[in-house]
Amino acid sequence: MTEITPELVRHLAGLARIEVTEAEVAQFASQLALIVDSVATVKAVASQDIVATSHPIPMANVFREDVVTASLTQEQALSGAADSDSGRFKVSAILDED
Amino acid sequence: MVQKDDGLRSRAEGELMAKDQLMDYQKALEAYEVVIGLEVHVELNTNTKMFCGCANVFGDEPNTNVCPNCLGFPGAMPAVNGKAIENSIKIGLALDCQIAATGRFARKNYFYPDLAKNFQTSQYDEPIAFEGKIDIEVPSGKVFTVEIERAHMEEDAGKLTHVGGSTGRIQGAEYSLVDFNRAGVPLVEIVTKPIYGAGDEAPELAAAYVRSIREIVKNLGVSDARMERGNVRCDANVSIRPKGEAKLGTRTETKNVNSLRSIERAVKYEIQRQAHLLSQGVAIIQETRHWHEDRGATSSGRPKSDADDYRYFPEPDLVPIKPSKEWIEQIRATLPEKPAVRRKRLMELWGFSELEFRDVVNSDLLDEIDETVKAGAKPQAARKWWTGELARIANSENKDINELAITPLQVAQIAELVESGKLTDRLAREVLTGVLAGEGDPAAIIAARGLEVVSDDGALLAAIDKVLAEQPDVLEKIREGKLQAAGAVIGAVMKAMSGSADAARVRELVIQRATEG
Amino acid sequence: MELLSKSASELASMLVKKEISSVELTKAQLDNIDKLNPKINSYLTVTHELALSQAKQVDDQRAKGESLPALAGVPIAVKDNLATIGIATTAGSKILQGWVPPYDATVVKKILANKMPILGKTNLDEFAMGSSTENSAYGPSLNPWDLTRTPGGSGGGSSSAVASMQAPLAIGSDTGGSIRFPAAVTGTVGVKPTYGAVSRYGLIALGSSLDQVGPVTRNVMDAAMLQDAIAGHDPMDATSLPESLGSMTEAAKNDSVKGLRIGIIKELTGEGFQKGVSEKFNEALEVLVAAGAEIVEVSCPSFQYAIAAYYLIQPAEASSNLARFDSVRFGLRVMPEGAATVEKVMSATREAGFGPEVKRRIILGTYALSSGYYDAYYGSAQKVRTLIQADLAKAFEKADVLVSPTAPTTAFKLGEKQEDPLAMYLNDIATIPANLAGIPGMSLPVGLAKEDNLPVGAQFLAPAREDARLYKVGAVLEKLLEAKWSKKMMDFAPELKVN
Repeated sequence: MTEITPELVRHLAGLARIEVTEAEVAQFASQLALIVDSVATVKAVASQDIVATSHPIPMANVFREDVVTASLTQEQALSGAADSDSGRFKVSAILDED
Repeated sequence: MVQKDDGLRSRAEGELMAKDQLMDYQKALEAYEVVIGLEVHVELNTNTKMFCGCANVFGDEPNTNVCPNCLGFPGAMPAVNGKAIENSIKIGLALDCQIAATGRFARKNYFYPDLAKNFQTSQYDEPIAFEGKIDIEVPSGKVFTVEIERAHMEEDAGKLTHVGGSTGRIQGAEYSLVDFNRAGVPLVEIVTKPIYGAGDEAPELAAAYVRSIREIVKNLGVSDARMERGNVRCDANVSIRPKGEAKLGTRTETKNVNSLRSIERAVKYEIQRQAHLLSQGVAIIQETRHWHEDRGATSSGRPKSDADDYRYFPEPDLVPIKPSKEWIEQIRATLPEKPAVRRKRLMELWGFSELEFRDVVNSDLLDEIDETVKAGAKPQAARKWWTGELARIANSENKDINELAITPLQVAQIAELVESGKLTDRLAREVLTGVLAGEGDPAAIIAARGLEVVSDDGALLAAIDKVLAEQPDVLEKIREGKLQAAGAVIGAVMKAMSGSADAARVRELVIQRATEG
Repeated sequence: MELLSKSASELASMLVKKEISSVELTKAQLDNIDKLNPKINSYLTVTHELALSQAKQVDDQRAKGESLPALAGVPIAVKDNLATIGIATTAGSKILQGWVPPYDATVVKKILANKMPILGKTNLDEFAMGSSTENSAYGPSLNPWDLTRTPGGSGGGSSSAVASMQAPLAIGSDTGGSIRFPAAVTGTVGVKPTYGAVSRYGLIALGSSLDQVGPVTRNVMDAAMLQDAIAGHDPMDATSLPESLGSMTEAAKNDSVKGLRIGIIKELTGEGFQKGVSEKFNEALEVLVAAGAEIVEVSCPSFQYAIAAYYLIQPAEASSNLARFDSVRFGLRVMPEGAATVEKVMSATREAGFGPEVKRRIILGTYALSSGYYDAYYGSAQKVRTLIQADLAKAFEKADVLVSPTAPTTAFKLGEKQEDPLAMYLNDIATIPANLAGIPGMSLPVGLAKEDNLPVGAQFLAPAREDARLYKVGAVLEKLLEAKWSKKMMDFAPELKVN
């Protein structure tokens, strides 16, 4: 059984910026342990000398011309924002105060 | 803008101002070996951004050069700018790099409000260019070969403005505003391998390296290369270890070093700071530090909690880049001459002494003088203006000389006016001040300020006669053939004319008068 | 009602002959939506005015004698994970409630260019994560064949809409079976085209290397016409195929399977499949054999790793794709208690805005990508893709198309698997390999399972870019089965009793 500790769940949730509740931590830890156990079967091929496929249909060199196309207006850009000020998106302070 | 003044702010300020103790530089170098590594970000000057057709321009109204892709709107997808790839390959080739048979974009995952998708599209284990090298000459004349580990492509982030609290700093700000115009601007990040053995010249080498990168990308035409606009930015890694120690020391990465002067200062500062700590038995913390130009010091950046785990994986929305050999050779054929070759050619062409030429290079004035000469100035005159008066002004204003508001053409015009005797040195300096103040071209300033040289011999002779009459002994000496005695007279005449006279003509007239008598 | 049960191709020809106007058709369609949707919950947004104004425009153009695309005037439903200018786009999530995009997905642009009135946006599991629509923040859709059961997921809104005559056509998206599984359990036709055949630009990404947009319809010809309408290269999507795959409409006119080699995938039959599902599947094969097709058995041993690989790759890509939902530029913003820093606001917003399955997968994906685990999990999963592609390449040497049941069971009861994510994931066993390999797949109804009288789907797979083969075999099988039953699949459907 793979060890998915509450600490690991908290760490992963932190990386993913999700403020999980203690109940969620407990629930996810047990569910993820089961899921991770079951998906761990892929490890059987890990050591094998097989090329990884990151793109199902092989293609290369798809480029665009360096020609300016229409942008959104500032109004459109900000239309869905929770808060804005002077044409910019407004967010709370970035660092903790201490 | 809201100015907030509370305990929070003063506490943050207090932390900022905490002073590091530094070891004497020479003592530090005696005890420790310095290893540096440099990461230079070059903003490409393509018409459009890296992954969308929005204009790549500086200084527009906020959030007007943005599309769903720049803003990370749901469902938006990147489309690679072929010109940016070509320009990245150019940079790689100019640095003697190998160009990857397969290059790939990867996602670097971390949350930050200036990062629209909360991942940066970058390159990870398959950069476009790798394993290059570049020869760097430091002011002493010594040449170091700096090895390039990789040059990879990535996108720039948006721009944050911090409001409230202390003056525009992140610490203690009340809130922040985000403009995504810069988001997605193409960047090439050039990373060196660790550089050993520079000793006390490590700071100069760091600055000379960045200067060379700037020169290269400017000559390639792939970047505007203006440091003050952030077109070229440098992160400096510094570590030190006791002499004889095999294990590398813990390094710090100093960010936000955005002028050649500050690169040199920041590296020197870190060497001295780390040396002091090690000498006190304090371990160096691996961390990001920020350079503060105003205080001439670095400060500890807040460690990002995700910094060690970016969860890179291949960008599934993009396909690999596989530049053909033909394409690479085509690009190679368009490269301008290499900086070292160019320097050699220019030194011969201009007829400078080695010392003069090194001075030009170290002052980062090669391009300026080249352009000034091309605009019609004599090489020596161009050199004197840039390394003399203009360097002095830049220094006194605490600016990079390239930031001065004067063009090589304007310098050439001034030099030409002096050459033809229409301006004295003093008048020329006044014209220069006018140009720098934004009053227009030299001709316009001369007209507006009435700065023509007095070429009326009558007025000059009157002044000469007056001086000669006051100093009859000088007159004797000149008559005896001691021509250097004329100097005092010329000086006095120039002074009487408030400098608006042509010194050479005054000299001719003084000698003529003396011999007449 | 008779009008609304007609196929899109029949409606298109009635429109051409001016036997009906697009406004009349669209209005009738909207009336049925107004009647059924409050119960079935197929649509999250119904765009009455927009649909009618588009219909009116087509009618005007037709009156002027302008030449129009094949499906002009035939209304359509669009899954709510495709961006639509001026129409709320939620992806079934609370985090996007009320968000109105300032741009259209490329597929939506194509629908508009094909003059098809948009009826509204259909329900889905939140961010298309799920197989039942129970993960939608706006409640599940119901299966018109049995209102206590799921219409499949994630595209249960589209499948239930098409199955209950709330739309003749719908757009779906398929990351691990989200078009094909809902089609199988609602007696409709669903096609996942070759990866890259249809642009993903404007599709709210789940697993970017797996996602593909495709048609949801009531017969094969309709699916073919719709794929032709939405497919094609898009410079906005770098993974979009540069070449045309030819006319699916032409392929769907095929009338023979003589000599066609059909490969039964050994690993996707027999044990683990509901008895009635296997029976109907085998009957369909017999019909094809009787018509001259040749059956061969193929083996794809690496399919045993497919679900595992899928539940690493898809959550990993999703964890990155969903990072942008951070309250800064669009969508929900939740202010935490106490001092608000942007980091806390982001975390509080994502906690409140995402449902449990989305959080579970984001955390799983973050784990799969994190340092120290990448090679064992994400890296290995990508190797499994290579193995699956190799197995399929070998299988396609022996067979022109492959076949299996689309799903192990008929529609399950709502609530049945909600507490057991693993059981829910196993549901996708037959559909996932096509997404991992990028190949096209079609689910086609093959009758009702004896034990529960619910629809059974057969899935056909073809090599990448050979989507036409699916339409060729699908069209013939559909015709043979309808002849055998003397009626269409939908004629088996029970009368819907609402209120």
